[in-house]
Amino acid sequence: MSLAKRIIPCLDVDNGRVVKGVQFVDIRDAGDPVEIARRYDEQGADELTFLDITASHEDRKTMADVVEAVAGQVFIPLTVGGGIRTSPDIRHMLKAGADKVAINTAAVNNPEFVREAAGRFGSQCIVVAIDAKRVNTDSEPARWEIFTHGGRNPTGIDAVAWARKMVDYGAGEILLTSMDRDGTRAGFDIELTRAVSDAVSVPIIASGGVGNLEHLAEGIIQGHADAVLAASIFHFGEYTIEQAKRHMQDKGIEVRL
Amino acid sequence: MGNRVAIIDYGMGNIHSVAKALEFAGGDAVQVSVSHDPEEILRAERVVLPGVGAIRDCMAEITRLGLDEVIREAAQSKPFLGVCVGMQALFEHSEENGGTPCLGILPGGVHAFATDMNDPASGTRLKIPHMGWNQVHQCIEHPLWRGIEQDTRFYFVHSYYVTPAGDRLTAATTCYPEPFASAVARDNIFAVQFHPEKSQHAGLTLYANFLRWDG
Repeated sequence: MSLAKRIIPCLDVDNGRVVKGVQFVDIRDAGDPVEIARRYDEQGADELTFLDITASHEDRKTMADVVEAVAGQVFIPLTVGGGIRTSPDIRHMLKAGADKVAINTAAVNNPEFVREAAGRFGSQCIVVAIDAKRVNTDSEPARWEIFTHGGRNPTGIDAVAWARKMVDYGAGEILLTSMDRDGTRAGFDIELTRAVSDAVSVPIIASGGVGNLEHLAEGIIQGHADAVLAASIFHFGEYTIEQAKRHMQDKGIEVRL
Repeated sequence: MGNRVAIIDYGMGNIHSVAKALEFAGGDAVQVSVSHDPEEILRAERVVLPGVGAIRDCMAEITRLGLDEVIREAAQSKPFLGVCVGMQALFEHSEENGGTPCLGILPGGVHAFATDMNDPASGTRLKIPHMGWNQVHQCIEHPLWRGIEQDTRFYFVHSYYVTPAGDRLTAATTCYPEPFASAVARDNIFAVQFHPEKSQHAGLTLYANFLRWDG
């Protein structure tokens, strides 16, 4: 009897619509966040993460409507990331029904924002999202730095030290994405995941690179992650969440079935 | 008799999630209100005390809004459900924030998880907060457990847990890694450390049971 490791599907939302083609068979509207959220909930998703990729700030208010609609139908934890820059942004999302917000660029620009947000809203709803990229040469020991703007802008900040700092500032959870692996389907950067997970006291969500079910199990067993986040392997109907959980269970991982 | 349920609003956290889940679980027959108005709270047939965040802030807001007496009265007179920090607040004292006096409606204290715990199975460090889906082992029969299987998983997120004085209050235990009281019950009071509003079918069943419970 113990705590289950979590599987978290991630949905990209642009102007209120789910993009990057979720392809469930027999779904009526492939872009409807409520319907997709409901499907994942039925399959046994442990949480859902919505990433707002809306370009313009004015259109962001539609994200709150999306969260509100989903939260009235789906009763599992909801995290919203993308464009969370101020305390009013956080309050707005929590009020709409989000349970957690993921803060990324705003934390890099102003680490005090994380401290302020955790103080005001509680650490349990503050997820710090870290986009990390390997920067060592082959002959050097492994080292990762934080990048912003989808991996384009280096910051010179060490990823492991940054994770520690964000936990000190009140982050309740870390969403860790390997920018080297994101989109490759080659599996998580296990070394990165383990380095960060072992360095901090709070749960780690591993992200970036999942291409098959074994990758999910590796992230937990070898990477010491507490949760795994994936998009494409679920969206394109290759695997259901339940299949993923059965596979993890076969590997000896505690899951909620 | 109507079926009005008041969720005590003291500005802390997940009130809207709790309201949505109660509305969903109760359907049209149930009238859910979110309020810090003492009269409205005491007019309701049932009362829910939710809560997330730091206990000191929660207690400060409860006191500032003059809600402590209302909570005491509701907890004596009608079906009353405490959730997460709303459960912890019912006890006498919490270790959190350097020590915080609580409402003292139930005997016992609130303690922090140790930061150096390991998972007995894998040997890896157990993370704090205790976050995610863990099993709830029912140790008494209770109307709120109706239709919920033994050891069903519910969603937790917390760094502190209650230690009731004596075993008689404990309605369920959960292991992290040692067993702690994840639900307590006494007379018309039921309180849970986990979040029914985020625990899918099992959580909605518990809320539906609460909305039918006479205390």
